[in-house]
Amino acid sequence: MITFLPEGIYCEAGNFYIDPWRPVDKALITHGHADHARRGMKHYLCHHYTKPILKSRIGVDIDVQSVGYNEVIRINGVKVSFHPAGHIIGSAQVRLEYKGRIVVVSGDYKVQDDGLSTPFEPVRCHEFVSESTFGLPIYNWLPVWDLNKQLQDWVLRNQTNGKTSVLIGYSLGKAQRIMKAVEGMGRLYVHYSIGKLNEAYESAGIDLPDYHTIDLREDVRYLDKGIVIVPPSLWDSNVVRKIPNQATAICSGWMQVRGARRWRSADAGFAISDHADWNGLLEAIKATEAEKVYVTHGQTSIFTRYLNEIGIPAEEVKTAFGNEEEDKTLLSHEVSPSHEQPEIN
Amino acid sequence: MKSFVRLVSALDITNKTTQKLEAIDRFLDEADEQDKLWLLALFTGKRPRRNIHSGLMRQWAIERSGISEWLFSESYSSVGDMSETIALILPQPRENIERSLSEWMDLIMGLKDKSEEEKKSFVLESWDGLPATERFIFNKLLGGSFRLGVSSKTLINALAKRYDLDANAVAHSIMGDWKMGEVTFEGLVNGNYSDTQLSKPYPFCLAYALDKLPENLGNIGEWQVEYKWDGIRGQFVKRKGEVFIWSRGEELVTAQFPEIRDELLRWRGDFVIDGEILVIKDDEVLNFSELQKRLNRKTLTKKMMEELPVRVFAYDLLEWEGEDWRGKAMDERRAKLEMLFQLNPSSHLRLSAIIPCLNWDELTALRENARDMRSEGLMLKHRQSPYHTGRKKGNWWKWKISPLTIDAVLIYARKGSGRRSAYYTDYTFAVKSEGKLVTIAKAYSGLTDKEIQEVSRFVNKNALEKFGPVRTVKPELVFEIAFEGIGFSTRHKSGVALRFPRIVRWRKDKTVDEIDDIEEIKKLIK
Repeated sequence: MITFLPEGIYCEAGNFYIDPWRPVDKALITHGHADHARRGMKHYLCHHYTKPILKSRIGVDIDVQSVGYNEVIRINGVKVSFHPAGHIIGSAQVRLEYKGRIVVVSGDYKVQDDGLSTPFEPVRCHEFVSESTFGLPIYNWLPVWDLNKQLQDWVLRNQTNGKTSVLIGYSLGKAQRIMKAVEGMGRLYVHYSIGKLNEAYESAGIDLPDYHTIDLREDVRYLDKGIVIVPPSLWDSNVVRKIPNQATAICSGWMQVRGARRWRSADAGFAISDHADWNGLLEAIKATEAEKVYVTHGQTSIFTRYLNEIGIPAEEVKTAFGNEEEDKTLLSHEVSPSHEQPEIN
Repeated sequence: MKSFVRLVSALDITNKTTQKLEAIDRFLDEADEQDKLWLLALFTGKRPRRNIHSGLMRQWAIERSGISEWLFSESYSSVGDMSETIALILPQPRENIERSLSEWMDLIMGLKDKSEEEKKSFVLESWDGLPATERFIFNKLLGGSFRLGVSSKTLINALAKRYDLDANAVAHSIMGDWKMGEVTFEGLVNGNYSDTQLSKPYPFCLAYALDKLPENLGNIGEWQVEYKWDGIRGQFVKRKGEVFIWSRGEELVTAQFPEIRDELLRWRGDFVIDGEILVIKDDEVLNFSELQKRLNRKTLTKKMMEELPVRVFAYDLLEWEGEDWRGKAMDERRAKLEMLFQLNPSSHLRLSAIIPCLNWDELTALRENARDMRSEGLMLKHRQSPYHTGRKKGNWWKWKISPLTIDAVLIYARKGSGRRSAYYTDYTFAVKSEGKLVTIAKAYSGLTDKEIQEVSRFVNKNALEKFGPVRTVKPELVFEIAFEGIGFSTRHKSGVALRFPRIVRWRKDKTVDEIDDIEEIKKLIK
């Protein structure tokens, strides 16, 4: 029912694409991260919560239609519904049903409940398209509560030592998780690219802690001893370095590995991720009972080999989603809040 | 072990000295005396021997986690460290074992006389009772190859500051020859087991690189000119019949150079000499790479001492018969140093030769040939200068020969682990050899972030083969590689080893046909 074309994942029966990376007429969008929701589509379809994100990131005048979770609509005879993917707010797995055959394109997902995103719901299907960002058995997340505790302890320690806690996390999803985790611990400042997305959360009725939006181009001495959240594109930039008495922490699944922690030379690293870990991926895939799995972005070849080894027929698929080989966020120090680089974590 | 784990993790991640000091301070607040003592023991290399082969640990981890061999290998190549791979790959712990560092160390040392079965059940039980970070450290402790992410200087400074002691005295106390079980932490740090005053070194006097024409230094007669050597700068302290050798990093290295120590023990007088440790064979100074072979060895064999005989070139005299001579003029100190050598006919120590020179032009020519002597260049010291503390501009200058450079082509690129796996940051370069290519050097630094991105894109497009994180790439990109020295080597396929290779720049103007040839490069070796 689906084919992988140079434009993106295509459903021929319905004549639409899912998360296409080239301009097309009709695009179904799993979630608002930039590598899945690109500009230039004539018509967008997404979950209600993703709509304000698309408008904020791509443009207010785009043509967007939105639906709720589990709501079935028909596109050229294909039954289409969006189901919670637990990745970030509004993130969805797109379920397609046509002539008794069911395909689920899951976008990015995680099975942990982060307390903000609608929790992941497994959907039974014949074919399942899965990401594999952390598809290696070394990636196993701690429970959300433990991770938040670690983060809180670290902030508390900084406060005791008179330091400013600077936390680095993606502006959509991660930043809001961090905000929730440190709620009530002190003055909270977020970079304005995060502030803009917070509005999308608030319009969905999600209560975020009180925060101040900052513009790092201004004098930032007043941030001293506060809690500051900035996006990864600003990591190690001159503007962030100006923040007084800082201790920095990176919040990312990659921080699970010591080499990655050391290489970034932050003062702390927390393996907090919005992607499924190794067991999360396996659990999700098994729950679909799919007879065929397409493995996209991440550890594609290793994860595919493993699935086949345990008896789940799988195939590697090349996509333009958060591909590590093309990851531009890693060393990029550019400040471009309106065109944020692909979210790959 | 929680405090210790927190310390290791903190030292590991941050590269800010203040954060490291804070972490050490926190550990000293939290840990008990035995754990603190173990920190010093591990830090100074007094760790128990490895009792379990790492291959066995790998095998047990594969069994326990129920994954295939190939998946373990893929994981390992992504993580880059065996202890860590094992720690991450095992299932979540089902229990929570709370033991102090010293309790763990006692158990680990107790493994020596245990059977393989007993060892295995101990390891499996421990793995099942520790979260990933603690498991990692447990594996490292088992492996007997533990490194803390802190320099001895930082640790010593932290201890000195906290207990209000002199840093060199602390260094002397903890670097000395003590054993677990025979000392207490407090006694050790306070120097109760040694006379720390006896070994006290002086801060080294350092020179600036000459930043003007030598003609501007005035009359050449006012300057003492010597060769600059590429060895280990050392301070040789002899007081009350005891000898201590300090390296410039303020580490006590006496035990690494027994022949020097023994000779100085026979010398008459109490003194402190500043000099350079070098390997000198048949009157010829050997490459630094030869000296390196002798450093930080657990045991120094007789064979090694014969094959790589170390000698000292003495530069200066800082103390004589208990009196601090650093304030006296260079001339005066040199005269006393020469007297000391007359008093003690010596085979292992020599005076650093003073180069007689009548004018700057002659000296400029001499510098050009300094490499022939295996020297790095020249030292210019004002004859009236005192022995300064640290680096001070004006009296001492180093006048190094320019580094050697070659043009080489990129042939392998390596990704790191985790997050950095997106970019190729470690490169291997090759030069021509009989119409083929031969590996000449690895270099890690020297490119900007933007260039790393550009190289990575090239690697992605032009990868020929894949070996885990390593790619062989089409030999096309040419880089200029600089290095400080070059020597013959049997360990390298090219037959040569470069010292401090680094990328100077990307030669986008050059093609692979223009890179250097190994035979030409060998001619640089003198």
